[in-house]
Amino acid sequence: MTPLLSVKNLTVEFTTRDGTVPVIDDLSFDLAPGETLSLVGESGCGKSMTALAIMGLIPSPPGRVAAGSISLQGENLLQATDTRMRAVRGNDISMVFQEPMTSLNPVFTVGDQIGETLRRHQGLTRHQAKSKSIEMLDAVKIPLPTRRINDYPHQLSGGMRQRVMIAMALACRPKILIADEPTTALDVTVQAQIFDLMLAVGKETEAAIILITHDMGSVAEMAERAVVMYAGRKIEEGTVKEILTNPQHPYTQGLIACVPHLIDITSPERHDLLEIPGMVPPMREFGKEACLFAPRCQFADARCHNNLPPERIHSPEHRSICWLENLKNEAVLP
Amino acid sequence: MNDTPLVLEVRDLVVHFSMKGKRPFAPLSYIHAVDGVSFQLQKGKTLGLVGESGSGKSTTALAVTRLVPANSGSVKVKGKEFLELRGEALRNHRNHLQLIFQDPYSALNPRWRAGKIVGEALDWLNVGTKTERKNRVSELFGLVGLSVEQEHLFPHQFSGGQRQRLGIARALATHPDLIICDEPVSALDVAVQAQILNLLRRLQQEMGLSYLFISHDLGVVQHMCDEIAVMYAGQIVEHTDRISLFRNPLHPYTKGLLASVPSADPNHPRDRKLGIYGEPPSPVDPPPGCRFASRCHLAEERCKIENPALRKIETGHRVACHLV
Repeated sequence: MTPLLSVKNLTVEFTTRDGTVPVIDDLSFDLAPGETLSLVGESGCGKSMTALAIMGLIPSPPGRVAAGSISLQGENLLQATDTRMRAVRGNDISMVFQEPMTSLNPVFTVGDQIGETLRRHQGLTRHQAKSKSIEMLDAVKIPLPTRRINDYPHQLSGGMRQRVMIAMALACRPKILIADEPTTALDVTVQAQIFDLMLAVGKETEAAIILITHDMGSVAEMAERAVVMYAGRKIEEGTVKEILTNPQHPYTQGLIACVPHLIDITSPERHDLLEIPGMVPPMREFGKEACLFAPRCQFADARCHNNLPPERIHSPEHRSICWLENLKNEAVLP
Repeated sequence: MNDTPLVLEVRDLVVHFSMKGKRPFAPLSYIHAVDGVSFQLQKGKTLGLVGESGSGKSTTALAVTRLVPANSGSVKVKGKEFLELRGEALRNHRNHLQLIFQDPYSALNPRWRAGKIVGEALDWLNVGTKTERKNRVSELFGLVGLSVEQEHLFPHQFSGGQRQRLGIARALATHPDLIICDEPVSALDVAVQAQILNLLRRLQQEMGLSYLFISHDLGVVQHMCDEIAVMYAGQIVEHTDRISLFRNPLHPYTKGLLASVPSADPNHPRDRKLGIYGEPPSPVDPPPGCRFASRCHLAEERCKIENPALRKIETGHRVACHLV
């Protein structure tokens, strides 16, 4: 199948006091129509920056797309004009942000804000946009949509605001929905509702979803494929099932094992959590000719510290970028 | 249960906040933040308080430490009624309990050096001589895995995980028996969370600390706590030990909460049927019946009229539900 979105050798550079550093370094992945792909990693790994690059929203300066291509159905978005990008954003590709309170405009009603995209992209009249907005609020299961349409963001709870964001993002039936940690600010019960909603509405509008998260539980729940990122580079890619049951990169293994997952307890014994020592390297280290995870990796040797690791193919869909072969899997899933 | 001494005993704790009415002389309305909460915590154990935001877990913790005034109820810290202490007696008894906060970025004074932050409580209480206090601070830095040279740095020079370590060192300074951890890892990155959780458990084993552990992350609670109290709209709806809560949850809210957690195991996806829909009732005028009734798929007529009491189902397992 031809990919809907194809990111090839994308490099995004930021100019900092320490010189120019690649915050995204030679990243490639494909997104098929209707598929859910997850970008996983700690903060500072370039997940959100990837999303911004796709949307054409990299702050410039200090940022700059230095190389690569992002093609949406064959059209290279990096060469598109500003006018063309404005037509793409919100219409073909739309985004849901982490913090619903700061991404909604506090002085407009939610109806105005949902209607704005519809009027801008689909040329609806104010009246048509209003009835379509009510339909959208109903689709994201907000009770009494005819009344809620006149509410301001502060009158809604966090979960409701995130629903409004989703309604807004899906109003023009985009081909791709990018969700950047859509549930980190929400309770688990609300998170479950939002996930169910995204899957249901995504299926109905046939949108492909890119889910950005650090939580392997959410990945398992939502996505079919995952790309694990570390310090701006892709370190593992595969189907979610393969990544969770047979992670190959030590960082992926650590990410799975360091979180206490809910398990069916069989014994009162509790073992210490597996730690990934240290933290993501500072930005000036990005782009070095070495495995950037090596300082935190318990298996690292001289090769890892001095050379870029090669790509290893484990199955047609599953590859990792690491020097080590046949790594023992320490990540014991419940 | 057994004769391990109780570090904390809370009985019928009530915290209401008054809210101004819409009109100038309208009667005050009250937010029922905590409504009749009772629990006990034994020495060396961890009690988890879980629930959604707005369920009153943090307010309970703040009322226990007297950072917000309680309207009624009793809090005994090491056998002494804590809510009635005044002045010097209160100040001295406060040594026994300490807090670790959620956001390590705002919990530390940005203008103080790390050593001063950690030693603040010691300075206030005039513990020992100046050299003794200085040695104690260095010892604390070692305990939480920071180096002595870092005493002279300012908070902004530390990473999130290191700042939380500073918060822990500060909490340990006065040799407390009880540490209240209010969402200690939810502001941290996943990989750093594990480091802090392991540190907290190691310190507990070495020093016999008791934790009142507040979290909304059920995985973390399952890993850290011996006993767990599930709170909903200001009340405890289920309270039991770790194993029976996760193996045999009885309250429909607990079941729904557990079923909402995404499962990382592709072979055992969560049970979507049990999910909880809707939103919790307004804390201003809570309904007379069971507060969960409006979202409960099992609710009967009785649930809407009469608020169920927290009753003992079996040893160490208390549930507030008419239908259990």
